[in-house]
Amino acid sequence: MYSLLTIALLLALLSIAYQQGWAVSRKLATPEATRLHSRPPYHGSLVAIWTIAPALVILALWALFGATASRAYIVMNLPAEIVDQGGNVLQSAIQRVRAIASGAGVAGEVQPYEMAAGAAFRQFQNLASATVLGSAAAFAAVSLLFARKRIAVRLQARNEVERIVRYLLLGCSAVAILTTLGIVLSLVFEAARFFSFVSPIDFFFGTVWNPRFSTTGAGSGEYGLLPLLWGTVMVAAIAMFVSLPIGLMTAIYTSQYASPRMRSLVKPVVEVLAGIPTIVYGFFALVTVGPFLAAFGQTIGVNIRATSALTAGIVMGIMIIPFISSLSDDILRQVPRAMIDGSIGLGATRSETIKRVILPAALPGIVGAFLLAVSRAIGETMIVVLAAGNSPFLRANPGEPISTVTVTIVNQLTGDQDFASPQSLVAFALGLTLFVMTLFLNMAALYIVRRFREQYE
Amino acid sequence: MANQSPVSTEQAENQARLSRIRSGLARRHGRERRFRLYGLLAIGAALAFVVILFSMILSKGLPAFTQATLTIPITFDAELLDIDPRPTLQDGQSPADLRAADLRWQRDATMLNWNSIIEQSVRELTGDTQIAPRDLQSIIDNGERFKLRDAFVANPALAGQTVEMQLLASANADNWLKGNINRDLPDAQQQLSADARALADRLYEDGQIRMAFAWHIFTNVDSRSAPASAGLAGAFMGSLYMMLVVIVLAVPIGVASAIYLEEFAPKNRLTDLIEVNINNLAAVPSIVFGLLGAAVFINYFRLPLSAPIVGGLVLTLMTLPTIIIATRSALRAVPPSLRQAALGLGASRTQMVFHHVLPVTYPGILTATIIGVAQALGETAPLLLIGMNAFVAAVPGSPFDQSSALPVQIYLWQGNENRNFFEARTSAAIIVLLALMISLNAVAIFLRSRLERRR
Repeated sequence: MYSLLTIALLLALLSIAYQQGWAVSRKLATPEATRLHSRPPYHGSLVAIWTIAPALVILALWALFGATASRAYIVMNLPAEIVDQGGNVLQSAIQRVRAIASGAGVAGEVQPYEMAAGAAFRQFQNLASATVLGSAAAFAAVSLLFARKRIAVRLQARNEVERIVRYLLLGCSAVAILTTLGIVLSLVFEAARFFSFVSPIDFFFGTVWNPRFSTTGAGSGEYGLLPLLWGTVMVAAIAMFVSLPIGLMTAIYTSQYASPRMRSLVKPVVEVLAGIPTIVYGFFALVTVGPFLAAFGQTIGVNIRATSALTAGIVMGIMIIPFISSLSDDILRQVPRAMIDGSIGLGATRSETIKRVILPAALPGIVGAFLLAVSRAIGETMIVVLAAGNSPFLRANPGEPISTVTVTIVNQLTGDQDFASPQSLVAFALGLTLFVMTLFLNMAALYIVRRFREQYE
Repeated sequence: MANQSPVSTEQAENQARLSRIRSGLARRHGRERRFRLYGLLAIGAALAFVVILFSMILSKGLPAFTQATLTIPITFDAELLDIDPRPTLQDGQSPADLRAADLRWQRDATMLNWNSIIEQSVRELTGDTQIAPRDLQSIIDNGERFKLRDAFVANPALAGQTVEMQLLASANADNWLKGNINRDLPDAQQQLSADARALADRLYEDGQIRMAFAWHIFTNVDSRSAPASAGLAGAFMGSLYMMLVVIVLAVPIGVASAIYLEEFAPKNRLTDLIEVNINNLAAVPSIVFGLLGAAVFINYFRLPLSAPIVGGLVLTLMTLPTIIIATRSALRAVPPSLRQAALGLGASRTQMVFHHVLPVTYPGILTATIIGVAQALGETAPLLLIGMNAFVAAVPGSPFDQSSALPVQIYLWQGNENRNFFEARTSAAIIVLLALMISLNAVAIFLRSRLERRR
């Protein structure tokens, strides 16, 4: 009700303001000779912006602080002994008062003080919403009048509106920076809290991962990063081993050999692999690839577990194929035609041209694509959560289960752990490690790819 | 050398050279053929993976869309339904008290012995007096008693009547009838007793149990005690709310920042920073966004756990770079002549962008939106960190309610202990998710072609 009223008020203000700005400026423009600097719609928009801005500021302030204020008011009206008890008692008392004030009533006997607090709170609510809406409307009206007075033949309304639009656009692109800032700050702060429990040396160079699930006591358990890092690297390496040859050869064939028809057929189908959610790959690994590998291992006499580094790595490799193939395809097609024609003209076969001319020329780009793919493999979560077996030990055999950084982040944060315990906070230290690793890879990749582009542009 | 019969030596040399070239050529052509073969093999492998993946999902998931359903006359035995009439509003009673009384009544209605009503009805249907009550009950899904309860709560006059109803068979009976469990296993390893298995087989042969389309997958919420009636409705609504949040927030912000960076941004350190930033954000692992959500939205702003609004915000931040990058490339593809024409006729930069450039890029922006939304729809890992893996047995009424999401539901179901049943159910959920993504893309392609034709 309240929010509907607010929206209606805002919409009404907007339309009145726009209409006013439009009409007033329109009247200024006389057929004789006076020409407005800006056309009436711009004057309308400017007045509308002037009108709506203060109202929005007031509403935003109320949205931010209103909940705290009304809670404080209820607490003020409750008897001291309830306030002193705090915790759940206070919480439920506040909720009861709110329910009484809203008119829904509460079950059970109603204490007189609750009745009084409820009545007072209802008054407070009415008063507060009236004040907020009223002051928003009043400020809007004043600022509407002011903006209306500003309208003149020479007023550069268009330029002002455009400047405001530009600031809004800039504000939107700042969201990306804020996001990065948020990621870095939250990871660093929470990781610092973790490092107040566990020394960074034990974390980064420890070889045992065993966070005991006891919520009390500082630094219970051992938090060695190396087993997790080893698992991550092993899975990523297997994934690259699968995806690089297949992806690169696919890209070479589609860009150099395939007829346009085949190309238009193959490319979308391969790229379907990129659109499939990773959880689906995880399920595929768990249900199909894992058992298949285990059976295959049995027939050749090698012990391969159904959930292992190999299972996760192979399936992750399949997931990355389209990533490598489409990136490499772009890069291979950027190699200048003249170089290829020259090589063919000298009598080289196509494959010789590819191996001796195109690939060396495209190498930096392909390395960049490779690095991006590695960064993706390192950060991939769901496949390893389902298919890698979650066993954080330093093992060299890819047929054994392992654990990775991402899996451990999920495990540590999805339990019933207290957020402030080292068992939960370690997830942020792991996240920071992951973030720095991928950031490094991405920067290197982007730098290399950019250099490659500049070379041929 | 040339002194002795020059002609024949030359010929011999030519011959030797020719044969050397020929053998070299043969070798080189062989290499060429092998190289091409490798390429074809790679493509074949990639395509084979697509085929294997989809055929595995379809073959496992499609059977789950039909489920063993028992058509049975249910006798609402008045003796067993021993309960007061439903409370109505008394004078001087507050609405909250009436609600409490009504809830108490509903709880009493739930506590009625629905199991024996089902048991009696099944016994009547089979005419078998010997079989144990446990066996009778074990072939009907645990949640079906609530269907009876709901029918009774909606219409208390049912007491004493007999009504024909469709009850879901239990997950174990479904497994048995579909052959998902090895029928030759000894009794100790079977989920159902020998009597119950025989009963299920008999009912199936008599046509009282049929394989009916499992609508409840779409209408029911998740359930732990009654696996056969577990559905996707809650997860679906949760995903839908998150998509809404993403569309409302990520698309305008993403398009606006793409416009700023591509059309207005002066070349300076700040815009360089933003640019590098966006490229990096696009490659940050999704789970890191989950950590951001857990630390900032949940722990700092105290937003509710497991709520689609938080999931939507996290996914918004995650998809922003994708949308920005795709929109920028769409803007870049607009021919400069269009801009020059607009500027030349006296339009301001803002007018040029909003009146002339932007309308041309609508198909591109649409594609960017779909790519972003599809990415957000399939993402699981960050949602696990903000508590969306909690078990929620309700359809969320607003983005602030607790809820699950489709990919998270898949994650939860694949971990269910009843593997035989939930492997198929998980695949069915995957089919729903993939169908949703495919239809999103199809809508995009359709709209795109329409938009492009209009120009």
